[in-house]
Amino acid sequence: MATLLEVDNLQTQFLTSAGIVKAVDGISYDVEEGETVAIVGESGCGKSVGALSIMRLIPWPPGRIIGGAVRFQGKDLVKLSDAEMRHVRGKEIGMVFQEPMTSLNPVLTIGLQITETVRHHLGVTQEEADKRAIELLGLVGISEPERRLKQYPHHLSGGMRQRVMIALALSCEPKLIIADEPTTALDVTIQAQILELMKGLTRRLGVALIVITHNLGVVARYADRVNVMYAGKIVERGRAHDIYHRPSHPYTLALLKSVPRMDQPRKAKLDPVEGQPPDLTRLDEGCSFRPRCRFKVEHCEREFPPLNSVAPGHVAACFETARVVRLEKVAS
Amino acid sequence: MAANPAYDPALDAPAEKQPLATRLMYLVRKQPLGAAGAFIVLIMVLSAIFAPVLSPYDPTANDFAAMAEAPSGAHWLGTDQFGRDLLTRIVFGARTALVVGFASALVGGIIGLVLGVASAYFGGRFDLLFQRVMDVFMAFPLIIMALAVVSIFGTGVQNVIIAITIPFIPRCARVVRSSALALREIPYIDAARACGYSHTRIILRHMVPNVMAPFLIMITAFVGQAILLEASLSYLGLGVQEPTPAWGLMLQGGAEEYAESAPWIAIFPGLAITLAVFGFNLFGDAVRDVLDPKLRSQ
Repeated sequence: MATLLEVDNLQTQFLTSAGIVKAVDGISYDVEEGETVAIVGESGCGKSVGALSIMRLIPWPPGRIIGGAVRFQGKDLVKLSDAEMRHVRGKEIGMVFQEPMTSLNPVLTIGLQITETVRHHLGVTQEEADKRAIELLGLVGISEPERRLKQYPHHLSGGMRQRVMIALALSCEPKLIIADEPTTALDVTIQAQILELMKGLTRRLGVALIVITHNLGVVARYADRVNVMYAGKIVERGRAHDIYHRPSHPYTLALLKSVPRMDQPRKAKLDPVEGQPPDLTRLDEGCSFRPRCRFKVEHCEREFPPLNSVAPGHVAACFETARVVRLEKVAS
Repeated sequence: MAANPAYDPALDAPAEKQPLATRLMYLVRKQPLGAAGAFIVLIMVLSAIFAPVLSPYDPTANDFAAMAEAPSGAHWLGTDQFGRDLLTRIVFGARTALVVGFASALVGGIIGLVLGVASAYFGGRFDLLFQRVMDVFMAFPLIIMALAVVSIFGTGVQNVIIAITIPFIPRCARVVRSSALALREIPYIDAARACGYSHTRIILRHMVPNVMAPFLIMITAFVGQAILLEASLSYLGLGVQEPTPAWGLMLQGGAEEYAESAPWIAIFPGLAITLAVFGFNLFGDAVRDVLDPKLRSQ
């Protein structure tokens, strides 16, 4: 399959009174056509900023993309003009936000919000746009789509609004959808429905999907490939199955151990990740995970480990990958 | 709501299913003062529209046989020093007052609305610079600002409208900006950007409808203020010029000389101004109560 999106050494910084925050510090990954890629990490690790940087939606001031490239179908999005970028947003890349309750404009009807995007990008008549909106609402599983068009967001529940957001993201047949924690604000049963819907639709329509999440369950079930982020950097990347069964970075291992599992005895104690994520304004040249790491060696102080290959298509940024993998094997 | 003994479920039913009369009655009962204000405004609008039908006299024709006459059967509110019927002039004066009031409130309000929302949307340096410019305009008292504009552009209805419009712009922009600033942080504005809309479209289509409540409250208050300002400017000789019937002008003509011998010349136009401003203020307060969720009764 062809590569759809290639993020190459992307760097986004925020200028704050406390100093420069390197929210995204040289991340590189790619997304193939029709593939689902997950970006996982704890709060504040830069996963949302990374996604917003692709769409160039980082507000300046204080945020700014200072380096790197985002190649989407051969175009470098970082270098596009604002007008060209507006043609990419919504048309080529759709976006689903975290908060369905506040992502729809309360004073505009559902129909108007969908048809506005369709008409804006595809230049069709209102009747055609209405038809498309009804089709989209049906596609995302909303009953009585004709009636819903005239309703306002407050008439709909959170899950329904997220479905509308998905319809909106799909409205102009994009090649890629970026979903920034699409299920965080929903309750658990609805989360599963929304994820199933997104997975099903993207597979059926051949749309690639970037899911940003801190939920490892989501990753295991829905992603083809996973990027684990820590303190603005990607520390491990691989197929979802490999990440689960052969975590090769201490952070990934710690994350997996901190989640309750059905296949473990019920009395088994959780093993939380000790300590706090580092202050992004004062990172040194060493590994940023080192203060919390059980595997740290002297060399970690001096150099940030490069992404080393562990297996084909599986890389981890750690000097002690071998020890991490061995320990995991002993444990299981 | 349910604990209220006077609660009538019919009043709380979806508004769209009730006939207009029922809904009007509901509003009158809930906002009696506002309804009174609306009634005064309505009377004013109707008399301005039907002025030629309502009054048998010509508002500008002098009748030297009936100068400064007291109220009588022929002239209900008396005549002024040139023998012009006061009722006629007050009714025609409502036209001037409303045209100036609405035109300047709407133009000033809308310009302020767009500028205020844009200022909040773009933020940063643009916002800072723009707000300082607005500060400069706000530093002038309303009437001084209007005086300055009239002395530059000259008198006449059109220039009076401009003179009143300009000081309204920063006031409206300031209020609208503060509402829009909160709006800027809500994800649907980001979502609109993620849909690829232009700045203009986001400002006009997605942000402006969300600040309509404070905007409408400002507008109704502005109309009353504009009528008062127009009367003040005309009284000072800087507004509408004779022989156009205008309330401020009528005060100027009669107030000083005839205060003792023919007080009605000053009293009735003065009453008209008071009543009009009172009506618009009552109406504006009611609009605010209805639209502002913070003041909405439990």
